[in-house]
Amino acid sequence: MELKDIIKPENLVYKRTECLTDKVLSYCPGCGHGTAHRLVMETIEELGIQSETIGVASVGCSVLSYDFMDVDMTGAAHGRATAVATGIKRCNPEKYVFTYQGDGDLAAIGTAETIHACNRGENITIIFINNGIYGMTGGQMAPTTLLGMKSSTTPYGRESALMGNPIKITELVAQLPGTYFVTRQSVHTPANVRKAKKAIMKAFDNQKLKKGLSFVEIVSNCNSGWKMTPVTANKWMEDNMFPFYPLGDIKVDGELVKK
Amino acid sequence: MMNEEIIIAGFGGQGVLSMGKILAYSGMMQNLEVSWMPSYGPEMRGGTANVTVILSNERISSPILNLYDTAIVLNQQSLDKFERKVKPGGVLIYDTNGITKHPQRTDIKIFQVEAAAEAARINNLRVFNMIVLGAYLKLNNYLKIEHIVEGLEKSLPKRYHHTIQANADALKIGMDIVKPYTVLVS
Amino acid sequence: MGELKLMKGNEAIAEAAIRAGVDAYFGYPITPQSEIMEYLASEQPEKRTGMVLLQAESEVAAINMVYGAASTGKKAMTSSSSPGISLKMEGISYLAGAELPCLIVNVVRGGPGLGTIQPSQADYFQAVKGGGHGDYRLIVLAPASVQEMADFVGLGFDLAFKYRNPVMILSDGVIGQMMEKVEFGEQQPRRTKFDEPWMLTGKTPDRPHRIVTSLDLEAVQMEKHNLDLQAKYKTIRENEVRFEEIACDDADYIMVAYGSSARICQKTVKLARESGHKLGLLRPITLYPFPSERISQLADKVKGFLSVEMSSGQMVEDVMLAVNGKVKVGHYGRYGGVIHSPEQVLCGFEEFLSK
Repeated sequence: MELKDIIKPENLVYKRTECLTDKVLSYCPGCGHGTAHRLVMETIEELGIQSETIGVASVGCSVLSYDFMDVDMTGAAHGRATAVATGIKRCNPEKYVFTYQGDGDLAAIGTAETIHACNRGENITIIFINNGIYGMTGGQMAPTTLLGMKSSTTPYGRESALMGNPIKITELVAQLPGTYFVTRQSVHTPANVRKAKKAIMKAFDNQKLKKGLSFVEIVSNCNSGWKMTPVTANKWMEDNMFPFYPLGDIKVDGELVKK
Repeated sequence: MMNEEIIIAGFGGQGVLSMGKILAYSGMMQNLEVSWMPSYGPEMRGGTANVTVILSNERISSPILNLYDTAIVLNQQSLDKFERKVKPGGVLIYDTNGITKHPQRTDIKIFQVEAAAEAARINNLRVFNMIVLGAYLKLNNYLKIEHIVEGLEKSLPKRYHHTIQANADALKIGMDIVKPYTVLVS
Repeated sequence: MGELKLMKGNEAIAEAAIRAGVDAYFGYPITPQSEIMEYLASEQPEKRTGMVLLQAESEVAAINMVYGAASTGKKAMTSSSSPGISLKMEGISYLAGAELPCLIVNVVRGGPGLGTIQPSQADYFQAVKGGGHGDYRLIVLAPASVQEMADFVGLGFDLAFKYRNPVMILSDGVIGQMMEKVEFGEQQPRRTKFDEPWMLTGKTPDRPHRIVTSLDLEAVQMEKHNLDLQAKYKTIRENEVRFEEIACDDADYIMVAYGSSARICQKTVKLARESGHKLGLLRPITLYPFPSERISQLADKVKGFLSVEMSSGQMVEDVMLAVNGKVKVGHYGRYGGVIHSPEQVLCGFEEFLSK
């Protein structure tokens, strides 16, 4: 059997989603961004809404996400993605509008924009990648950095007395009447990928139904920033991030999930 | 050429700005060029308020003035401030209510209108500023009374249109009670 | 003939925005320009034309909403006053970098810092020299009447879309708060065509996806982008200079003043001529591009220029550049929220003469 006999449509088990470009991802090997990108774009492909979608990239590692996502996109100033998305959606209510933001962007410099877009119940989807660190600028402390966690600006570990506490912004926005669906997922195992995909699909479905804001947090590793191998980073994430940032739905169909 | 530069000054809430607005609207009805420039900001909330109104049959240059043809002043602070800003030969109209230090200039024409007292007497304090405006109209005949009433209609929200008659009556009262004041030179 | 109304400058901007078919206004309250959003709210523009009106959580959010709307080809605007414009500067730099059209209104008040709410012209540098970070320019229009406040909304959007560049209306508390007669044109339809290749409309199979951004990590590419921007600004300087001359024909001296200060100086011209001075006034209508060429021509036949601004002397630098040492140039102005009177300007001019 030769190679050409194997490469046949009926043998295809996996392929790049049409809504990702051919451009090679700029992310570190082992990073969760690639998988998260794929899930968002797969959702858009499956819903058949590529021509009706406008995305907003933010500042951070995913600043170039518009090069990889094959939809019309704009790059927002640091922290301003949800304001930009508000401007797009208010003027184009028939379009699907999403932001793709990291924790520094969404939960530090952009906190006001995040809270108020959520509170207004903008009919958009926020994809929030939380890896507890500033990846692109070289591993500085993020608003979500855990207590005791080392970063280049907390070389001896984050101390609450000095640097404050990690912020659970996802739980916070769930309290606002404008949010309709708030969930926390991860993409580090196949099972988690499937759950995250379902959540993203629901988030875009809600937009179609004009239900208000959907907020999907994806807890991710940053093996470069955390200075670990991808495998140990994922283990560290399970052991340290998940206890503080527990996975699961926080608000579904506008109702807080009882724990 | 007709060019009338007016300052109206008093306490916030005395209807200073709306009096200016009615003048401006009335001027517009007569195809005059008009400008209305208020003092603005927190000082107006209970403090002093003033508005500069210019009516002209030429393009208006500066909306900000240093000297005026007519000053209409409704409290002591405004009198102290604007008496000296009236052009020689110009007109000063003031309400005597609360005034302890009366005007001193002899090179301008001075008139009194006891508008506050009159408004209290007829038990309608809301028309106080219309009584004052009536005094001004008595001394100046370039604005027609029907245009003032039209100006009222334009500047008052619809829900207050039932008060237009009372306001028009107040204008007439002002015309009747305005009187010249002569500064006694000692 | 359109509809004649008596209105504040701020209200005229708002009414003109609805009539110009603007798609969206995003703002945040600040004195002395809050009437713009208040007027819009009372007019319910969503019912009149479908125009979007949204009070944002901050000036920062408002300008970024404008950025979002503009990236889809919509006519979007915001307004504020000095401290709020400083907050918007980040977003304005991004709009200029991404070459997005929009209209920004600055009803200037005295500064620095929280300053005062009274009128000022101290934001000239910020408006015409860029204001935010990076090498960029805004097209800056300086209305001197309520009528121009209204007219410059339409003109501003025409220029913004012609050059894909943010346009600023640089007004102040005098023009914003005063009432004058204003004539409005007919209601213009809102944009329906979004076929320019930069507009985000949703990727269709017949074209590559579109990206609106001000970022390029390649310095050489970014230099090229900057060269393109500079070429655009040159075209703007060659084609869009607007100014008005009053009594300049026989003038020995010329005042240069814009906006409310130009109105005040008009009266000074009259007062000066009554006392025997042949004084003229050049009023820049566009502050960027600046009427440098005209000033340079006039410098060959007059004895001097006096820049009259409600600032400590900002535009005077551009007058000096244009005059280039040919004749003397001076500055007069009250500032920090104080407005000079026509008589004070005349005194300032006489002092300038004696120097």
